[in-house]
Amino acid sequence: MKSKRPVNLDLNTIHFPLPALTSITHRITGVILFIGLIFAFWALDASLSSEEGFEAVRDALAHNFFAKLVAWGLLSALAYHFVAGIKHFIMDANIGVTTEGAVKKAQITIVVSVVLIILAGVWVW
Amino acid sequence: MVTNITSFSRSGLSDWIIQRASAVVMAVYTVFLVGYVLFHPQLDYATWSGLFQQTWMRIFSVLAFVSLAAHAWVGLWTVTTDYIKPTCIRVATQSVIILAIFVFLVWGIQVLWGA
Repeated sequence: MKSKRPVNLDLNTIHFPLPALTSITHRITGVILFIGLIFAFWALDASLSSEEGFEAVRDALAHNFFAKLVAWGLLSALAYHFVAGIKHFIMDANIGVTTEGAVKKAQITIVVSVVLIILAGVWVW
Repeated sequence: MVTNITSFSRSGLSDWIIQRASAVVMAVYTVFLVGYVLFHPQLDYATWSGLFQQTWMRIFSVLAFVSLAAHAWVGLWTVTTDYIKPTCIRVATQSVIILAIFVFLVWGIQVLWGA
């Protein structure tokens, strides 16, 4: 980029429409999920290693506050990333690729994700 | 065609199709696992380990883990390339990510077949 045009990258002065916010959240949840793989693989490993390991994982998910929080957090990130991913497929199919359509899909993404996150919370807690 | 030697397939179009295909595999796997746990409220070790001893489940799981590895790399490559501008820091970060993905992949396969 050797352009002489002025560049504004001051995030405080830039207006972020809803689709921009849902897009950055998609990225953030992706990064969170990658970091969270440590917990997911640990749980899978322990739960399949032995009877004691399985009970330890089940016990942690049933009684340990921190484990519940991590599980709910990762399920929430997964739910959002999943829904926002479906939105990508809808955009790939050239559906609602307009300014209004983008805002509407962003709104639907948030609503559906919130519902799934609440359901995940009920499941975990 | 513009290529980037650090991207997964060195082509945006290939990255795009890999991201979609791996997403579909992981979506099916996720829905299956969540559904399985939901439908087995009294899940015990014998049932759980029995599921993962099935050949089809191991194939399904390895497929999901390989999809995860590809998906994670395409996604994290995009994000790190977008936000980390100094080349040395970016390449260092991406190297750590590749190593982590490799560890997860081997770990996952080891879990499936039991060390």
